[in-house]
Amino acid sequence: MITDIDINDLKRITELIHTRHGYDFRNYAMSSFKRRILRILELKNLTIESLIKRLSESPSFINEFLDELTVNVTEMFRDPGFWRALRDEIIPDILLNHKTFNIWHAGCSSGEEVLSMAILLREMGIHNQVSLFATDLDITILEKAKAISYPVKNMEINEKNYIRYEGKWSLRDYYKEENGKVIFDKGLLANVTFRRHDLVLGEVFNKFDLILCRNVMIYFNQALQNEVLKKFHASLFKYGYLAIGSKESLIWCDVANRFLVVNNEEKVYKKIKD
Amino acid sequence: MSRFSLNNSYKAVVIGGSAGSFQGITKILAQLPKTFPLPIIMCLHRLKHVRNGFVEALSIKSVFPVVEPHDKEQIKKGGVYLAPSNYHMSVELGNYFAMSTEEMVNNSRPAIDITLSTAAYVYREKLIGILLSGANRDGGLGMKHIKDRGGLTVVQEPTECMIDTMPRAALSLTKIDYVLKTDEIVSLMNELDKLYR
Repeated sequence: MITDIDINDLKRITELIHTRHGYDFRNYAMSSFKRRILRILELKNLTIESLIKRLSESPSFINEFLDELTVNVTEMFRDPGFWRALRDEIIPDILLNHKTFNIWHAGCSSGEEVLSMAILLREMGIHNQVSLFATDLDITILEKAKAISYPVKNMEINEKNYIRYEGKWSLRDYYKEENGKVIFDKGLLANVTFRRHDLVLGEVFNKFDLILCRNVMIYFNQALQNEVLKKFHASLFKYGYLAIGSKESLIWCDVANRFLVVNNEEKVYKKIKD
Repeated sequence: MSRFSLNNSYKAVVIGGSAGSFQGITKILAQLPKTFPLPIIMCLHRLKHVRNGFVEALSIKSVFPVVEPHDKEQIKKGGVYLAPSNYHMSVELGNYFAMSTEEMVNNSRPAIDITLSTAAYVYREKLIGILLSGANRDGGLGMKHIKDRGGLTVVQEPTECMIDTMPRAALSLTKIDYVLKTDEIVSLMNELDKLYR
């Protein structure tokens, strides 16, 4: 088993993916990127050289590669306090000025967060007033997100989070169980548009009242975080909200002074300047 | 005459612990010299979904305030850092932290192996690794990486541990430099401090 990878080999891989496949991982945080590559080598039983060969010679391998490279570990209602803040403070504030509004889940992974939002909006009775956009780099995971079906074993933590969130009903009311999987009510996705989008190389494509990008930018280095935060700033209406992960911060970035900290514990910011 | 073979070129101390380590870690933090010259980076197993309380509890008696760093936060002298709940915490080249929500490692997130191994990669022989009481094997491999990169390795004396699985895992994987009781770890930290005066 390979236990470490030379930095120069990592660079060869990121350069190859960039020139040949048009994805830019050159500014990813080094330690987690290295672990992901090590994980792929182990899962697919490859060496560095055979990985590079497959990336250069097999066009379809890139999707499989991206699906393993990106971290798709997530939970419904992760950080229940954040979801309570959305329900009790942030969304009521948006509703003061807008009867209808847009939300962008940037880096939606397998869809747990979008689903949480859909449930939150339904319980607030405003699901018909909100358009949700869910994007990810990884087309394989987008298909999983659209299916809103998860292994039963994942539900323990989701249920616990929902209870801590103090939802109106029981999470069980939203899904049925079949062959070791749960399948959520498809109606929850009625106002959700899924789309492949690359945060690193992609353009600003719409304007939003609320953007959620939680625990996605942690895989980027600071220079790349800075660039992506500029795109989020440009993608928000004035007085729109940006939510990032509980251990992320934007105090050091270029657009910091165009945001106001609304909730420091849950890392919710409000755009106050264009 | 010192019983420890130390020098003043270390850049950081990294500490791992799990079940039964709270008392030991509290004692070490409470008896740190006020001039302690190195950052202390801690990865302790903790309840995944309880974000608050732990860092406060550790801070009560600690000489330095204990903080849960943000992603990409610089590592500073005098800083005492604790891996936040439900994130893995890595040390990056350039001397800063990076968080991740990757799969659990050894059934743990944060995983001690990740913090110890990434610190070993960055600090090489300029790292001191300390592994305390714990009920699983997480941290054993990280201690081996520290040793392999030339760092100094210390585990808590198994007979003093509430649960000795964790230090024993390290002892079985690599040659550990010092097997010490908590009080002796405190002495080591004090001797280290003197070398930097």
